[in-house]
Amino acid sequence: MKPPPFSYYAPTSVQEAVALLGSLENARVLAGGQSLLPMLNMRFATPDHVIDINRIPALTGIAVRDGEVVIGAMTRQRDLEFSPVIREHLPIMHEALQFVGHRQTRNRGTIGGSLCHLDPAAELPCVAAAHDAVVDVVSENGAREIPFAEFPLGYLTPSLEPGEMVRAIRFPLWPTRTGAAFVEFARRHGDFAIVSVAALVAMDADGAVERASLTLGGVGSGPMRMHDVEDALIGKTLDAIAIKAAAESCGAIEVDDDPYTPVHYRKHLCRTLVVRALETAALRAQGSRS
Amino acid sequence: MNETLDTRTIIVKVNGVEHRRTAPVRMLLSDFLRHELRLTGTHVGCEHGVCGACTVLVDGRSARSCLMLAVQSDGCEILTIEGIANADGTLHPLQEAFQRRHALQCGFCTPGMLTTLMELLADNPSPTEEDVKITISGNLCRCTGYAGIVKAALDAAAVLRGEKTPAA
Ligand SMILES: Cc1cc2nc3c(=O)[nH]c(=O)nc-3n(C[C@@H](O)[C@H](O)[C@H](O)COP(=O)(O)OP(=O)(O)OC[C@H]3O[C@@H](n4cnc5c(N)ncnc54)[C@H](O)[C@@H]3O)c2cc1C
Ligand code: FES
Ligand code: FES
Repeated sequence: MKPPPFSYYAPTSVQEAVALLGSLENARVLAGGQSLLPMLNMRFATPDHVIDINRIPALTGIAVRDGEVVIGAMTRQRDLEFSPVIREHLPIMHEALQFVGHRQTRNRGTIGGSLCHLDPAAELPCVAAAHDAVVDVVSENGAREIPFAEFPLGYLTPSLEPGEMVRAIRFPLWPTRTGAAFVEFARRHGDFAIVSVAALVAMDADGAVERASLTLGGVGSGPMRMHDVEDALIGKTLDAIAIKAAAESCGAIEVDDDPYTPVHYRKHLCRTLVVRALETAALRAQGSRS
Repeated sequence: MNETLDTRTIIVKVNGVEHRRTAPVRMLLSDFLRHELRLTGTHVGCEHGVCGACTVLVDGRSARSCLMLAVQSDGCEILTIEGIANADGTLHPLQEAFQRRHALQCGFCTPGMLTTLMELLADNPSPTEEDVKITISGNLCRCTGYAGIVKAALDAAAVLRGEKTPAA
C-alpha cells in the first residue's frame, strides 16, 4: 500500500527539527525509514507531519572521547559496520551489525532509528543495553540524558517525551582485557533473531572475571540484562561449570510465547546461545581469537 | 489535508539524465520512478521492504525504493535497471552472465538482483560464493533457486577482473 497523506519537513539543523517537533501535533521523525516506511505503507503509522532528519549533518558521526564512543543518531548502520573505530573500540557492535537486516537496509537504517523503533529482537538495542549506553536526547527545552536501562518503556516504545528526539548515543568503553561476543539464531540470514545474546567479560591478571555483562534479546519486550547471572560470575574463571550454571539461569527466565516459537524452544536457544557467547567472550578476553 | 498543496519540486539524476519534477510528498521513490519517469523496470513486489525487487542504487548505494520517499531523492544520483547496459546498448557483463547462467526465469526479481549485485561488484571485485549469497539475502526469487544467480555473479566478477571472456 501507499503512505497516508502527511505534511513533510526537511530541517537542516537540530534547532529547526526540535522547533518543528515542539510545535506540531502528531509528528513523527523520519530517520533511515527502514521501519517507519513499512509502517506508513501498511498504515500502521498515520502521522500528520513527517520530520525528515536526513539533512542534518550534525547528527552524523563517530568519535572517541573521555573513555566513550559517541555516535550521532543519524549514523547509518553501514557506516558503523565499516568503521575502524567501531571495530577497535566496540567490536561487539561490529559483530552484531552483521545480523541487522541486509546490505540495502543497513545502507539507510540508522542507529538512532533502531534504538527508537525498539523491536524486541533488534540487535543494536541489545548492544546498547550490554554496554550501559547513555541516550542523549533533545527538545526545544534543552537536552537530557537517559541511561539505556531506562530507555525502553514497553513494546516498541522508547521513554521519549513528546517533542523529544535522540541526538546521539554514548557507549562507555570497557577495559582492555575484555572479551565480547554477539551471537543469535534467526530462521534466515538477515531476519530478526528469535534469541540473541550479547556478552562482555573483563578478566583480571589471574583470568578471573572482574566484570561481566550478559544481555538476552528476543525474549521479552526489550533487551533483558541478566544482572544476577553477571554477579554470580564475578571472581570465577569462565570454565565449563561456570558457563553451564549461567546458561541454566538464563534458560529459567520467563519468556513470551508466540505462535511460531514455543516457550521450551526459546528457552533452549537461551541456554545454547549463552554458552556460545560466554565461551567466545572468554576466549577473546584471553587474547586468543576463535 | 490538501494533498495538492503538499508537493515538492525535486531535481534528481536518474541513469545520467537530470529530471526536475513536482511530486506529492507521500509518493514513494518506487512509484516516482515507475509512474512519473515511466521507468517500469524497477519492480514492486511487497511494498514494505521485504522482497528487494525495487532495489535501486542511490548515490552508488543499494536501497529499497519502496522505503524512500521520492522527495528524499532530491539532489541524488540514481541508477535503475534501465541504466545498467552499456551506452551502445550491449549488455553489461553482469546481465550477460545472468543470461548465460539462466539466472532468471520470470524476471520479476531480476532488476533488484542486478542492482544489488552491481554494488557488490563495485565494492568487492573478488567476492566469494558466500559473499554473493549474503549480498542477495535480502532479495527474494520465487523461481530460480538462486544457484544460477550466484554463479552468474561470480562469472561476471571474473569477466570484470579480466580473467574470463564472456563467451567462456
Ligand atoms: C527487510 C528488513 C529486515 C530488517 N532486519 C532487521 C534485523 O534483523 N534487525 C534489526 O534490528 N532491524 C532490522 N530491520 C529494521 C532496521 O533496518 C531499521 O533500520 C531500524 O529498525 C530503524 O532504523 P531507521 O533509521 O530505518 O529508522 P526509521 O524507520 O526512520 O524510524 C524508526 C522509528 O524511530 C523513530 N526515530 C528514528 N530516529 C529517531 C530519533 N533520532 N529521535 C527520535 N525518534 C526517532 C521514528 O520516528 C520511527 O518511529 C529490518 C528492516 C527491513 C526492511
Ligand atoms: S517492493 Fe520494495 S522491498 Fe519489496
Ligand atoms: S526469476 Fe522469477 S522471481 Fe526470480
